[in-house]
Amino acid sequence: MALKKRVPMLEQSPEERIKNFSEVALGYTEELALLEANRCLQCPTHPCISGCPVEINIPAFIKAICEKDYKKGIEILKDTNNLPAICGRVCPQEKQCEAQCVLGKVKGNDSVAIGRLERFLADLDLSLEISKHRSDTENTGKVAVIGAGPAGLTVAADLARMGYEVTIFEAFHRAGGVLIYGIPEFRLPKDIVEKEVNYVISLGVKIEYNQVIGRTIPFRKIRQDFDAVFIGIGAGAPRFMGIPGSNLNNIYSASEFLTRVNLLKANEFPKYDTPVRIANRVVVIGAGNVSMDAARTARRLGAEEVLVIYRRSEAEMPARLEEYHHALQEGIIFHWLTQPVEYIGDINNNVKAMKCIKMKLGVPDESGRRRPIPIDGSEFIVETSLVIEAIGQKANSVLRTGFPGLKLNKWGYIEADPETGATNLEGVFAGGDIVTGAATVIEAMGAGKRAARAIDSYIRSLKRA
Amino acid sequence: MAYKILKKKRLAPGLYDFLIEHTTIPLYARPGQFLIIRIDERGERIPITIAGVQENSVRIIVKCVGKSTYKLAMMKEGEHVLDVVGPLGNPSEIDCYGRVCVIGGGVGIAPLLPITKALKGASNHITAILGAATAEFLILEEEFRELSDELIITTDDGTIGKKGLVTHRLEELLNAGERFDRIWAIGPTVMMKFVSAIATRQEIPCWVSLNPIMVDGTGMCGACRVEIDGNMKFACVDGPEFDGRFVNWNELIKRQHQYKEQEKAALELFKKEAGDLSWL
Ligand SMILES: Cc1cc2nc3c(=O)[nH]c(=O)nc-3n(C[C@H](O)[C@H](O)[C@H](O)COP(=O)(O)OP(=O)(O)OC[C@H]3O[C@@H](n4cnc5c(N)ncnc54)[C@H](O)[C@@H]3O)c2cc1C
Ligand SMILES: Cc1cc2nc3c(=O)[nH]c(=O)nc-3n(C[C@H](O)[C@H](O)[C@H](O)COP(=O)(O)OP(=O)(O)OC[C@H]3O[C@@H](n4cnc5c(N)ncnc54)[C@H](O)[C@@H]3O)c2cc1C
Ligand code: SF4
Ligand code: SF4
Ligand code: FES
Ligand SMILES: [Mg+2]
Repeated sequence: MALKKRVPMLEQSPEERIKNFSEVALGYTEELALLEANRCLQCPTHPCISGCPVEINIPAFIKAICEKDYKKGIEILKDTNNLPAICGRVCPQEKQCEAQCVLGKVKGNDSVAIGRLERFLADLDLSLEISKHRSDTENTGKVAVIGAGPAGLTVAADLARMGYEVTIFEAFHRAGGVLIYGIPEFRLPKDIVEKEVNYVISLGVKIEYNQVIGRTIPFRKIRQDFDAVFIGIGAGAPRFMGIPGSNLNNIYSASEFLTRVNLLKANEFPKYDTPVRIANRVVVIGAGNVSMDAARTARRLGAEEVLVIYRRSEAEMPARLEEYHHALQEGIIFHWLTQPVEYIGDINNNVKAMKCIKMKLGVPDESGRRRPIPIDGSEFIVETSLVIEAIGQKANSVLRTGFPGLKLNKWGYIEADPETGATNLEGVFAGGDIVTGAATVIEAMGAGKRAARAIDSYIRSLKRA
Repeated sequence: MAYKILKKKRLAPGLYDFLIEHTTIPLYARPGQFLIIRIDERGERIPITIAGVQENSVRIIVKCVGKSTYKLAMMKEGEHVLDVVGPLGNPSEIDCYGRVCVIGGGVGIAPLLPITKALKGASNHITAILGAATAEFLILEEEFRELSDELIITTDDGTIGKKGLVTHRLEELLNAGERFDRIWAIGPTVMMKFVSAIATRQEIPCWVSLNPIMVDGTGMCGACRVEIDGNMKFACVDGPEFDGRFVNWNELIKRQHQYKEQEKAALELFKKEAGDLSWL
């Protein structure tokens, strides 16, 4: 009889891991992976597949694990997912593939740990380099991909496999987008990202780093030089609450704080040249995944006390439960129903405290969540010398000026067909966070896959005409 | 990626003029824009204004103030820096304004050069005021002599030109009845602050180029945020040039000091490894 509960994954203990930046979750051994894989019922209806935005053939790859045919398993993964080692780690599986798993719907049973099994196979591939790089069809045409995040990498890999000549233009000196500068090393090691990017390069994709299209090279030039263009520039611009005192020193956006540490390795200052500030007591504002990442990073940089402040309650918290639990284990303290209203600085303009107000929940708003309302006269002071605002991102500001003629929606994101990624400009496609607003890695990849198909038929139609 | 240093020239102690190989910056750079350099794998991203372009190369003038700029100044012709991103930021708003006063202080004289050229090209009457600590540190005098209708030099110690600050020279001109339609001032933040104070009194639009601490330089982090007329702006994408009359100067100056402790420690450590740097 198969196990009712999923096989746990090995993890670094909380006491140990807050002292380092190494990965928290250590993955399955072969023995554990086999145990877990054998839990899968191989359902003929396989509802799990419909929960995966790139429709990985889940029962088939799990079956391959059971049969220890790892090479086949990897081929199945890579058929639809070019970045499985990443997805196996950071997908919100509990809301996607695993949410649909038949087993999980049986009382007392856990769904199959699909993500962990995917990670097991993909890691095996990275260490053994089993998978073959193929470029089967003979298509001709040049495609420019703007942005090397998960959306851009997926479009590029898929088109390269179809035989197209693809060049990615990336603003930073490394490829991966949020995978590199946002998600911390202890959740997603950067050498894993690098290996998956190298796989994409091995398919024949060229990457031009240090090019901010719309700034360093005009968009019209890219359109002239290529048959089709895909825009996947993410939603990278930070939001600030804009309360009084926002420009005091040692108040960071989560984007800045995480970029300094992840992309530029400020945690190894002065061996690396980029500095970052830290304090004994750090306050992080917001309770989404980005906020968990910032809080746990601050803890690892040496903050003794890290407070997360959120204006709604635990029930409305947008962070994944797994991340929340990891944060709790690491000693992060949560203050619910609390809203900052003002920062207070010292004589050198360094933040030294913030004024907050207590909130209560009213009736649900448009998002269906109960709206927080300030409680009169409940203001209080929280002392802190470092604050990280993690209240969300918005469309990249380069969009406003750098891509003339491109139609944006009322939130400033690109208006694109959800099925094809087509924009209002001929031959220009878009996908990922810059179309949907901040979402997930796998959704960005799904958009990339659909756009690759649409770009292929677009270029074919050009040839026919 | 790697970008070759084609030429390097010492202009003054700790002040270097570089030509760096680049294929796309020369095609698209306009006056007032900047680039970001990362020297090596462990390097930070340092913003530097584009002082000019030639075919396949970009000119920058760098002042040694800390570890990264010292490291850059120690590089030799033929060596490569790892990353160069540019042009970034908005170009200067060049137009025919009439009488324009361009004011450069110290290394700020360098970024002022392409702007002055463009202003001259747009048929403005140019009065240039260049200031330096001492004669040795005065750069680009010849270039400016050619471009300006009037050139005034001033040094803190009077070793060349009149003794005093650029603001003294500007006040003198204004007191003598000179009228300007625009001012462009680039130099140390305190200098730009005081020029802007005069501009406010005289109600003259006054462009300054702000240099807050930056990280990405593309609007994605907010490190470079400055307060302009009560609003939060990101200098890398909304600037770097703003009307100095509306800048919250005191806040900017304090933000520039955010990492003083770390910067000092890094430089000290670097000096221990690299030895004496006074020859630079
Ligand atoms: C801190 C953090 C943690 C997250 N954790 C998770 C998680 O655990 N699981 C999950 O599924 N999702 C997570 N997300 C969300 C997820 O990372 C994003 O939804 C996803 O990365 C979006 O992919 P993208 O390709 O659209 O854009 P991005 O990943 O943002 O990539 C865009 C790329 O384009 C580049 N670029 C921008 N402008 C230009 C330009 N003009 N020219 C050239 N290049 C340009 C950028 O440098 C970047 O490399 C997280 C996000 C953050 C910020
Ligand atoms: C738009 C812009 C244009 C600039 N143009 C020039 C130029 O043409 N020539 C030139 O010599 N300098 C220029 N600078 C300043 C130059 O970027 C800094 O001197 C350099 O980054 C200092 O690095 P460091 O490690 O040597 O010094 P550090 O010891 O690290 O710092 C010394 C001081 O430099 C400033 N600084 C440090 N890091 C940064 C950073 N990442 N971004 C901005 N400022 C920083 C801080 O105020 C700091 O106190 C410009 C800055 C900006 C923002
Ligand atoms: S890619 Fe994500 S959603 Fe799809 S199977 Fe893997 S973990 Fe599940
Ligand atoms: S639904 Fe669950 S048990 Fe059924 S095939 Fe998919 S993973 Fe296996
Ligand atoms: S430097 Fe990051 S937003 Fe300007
Ligand atoms: Mg420095």
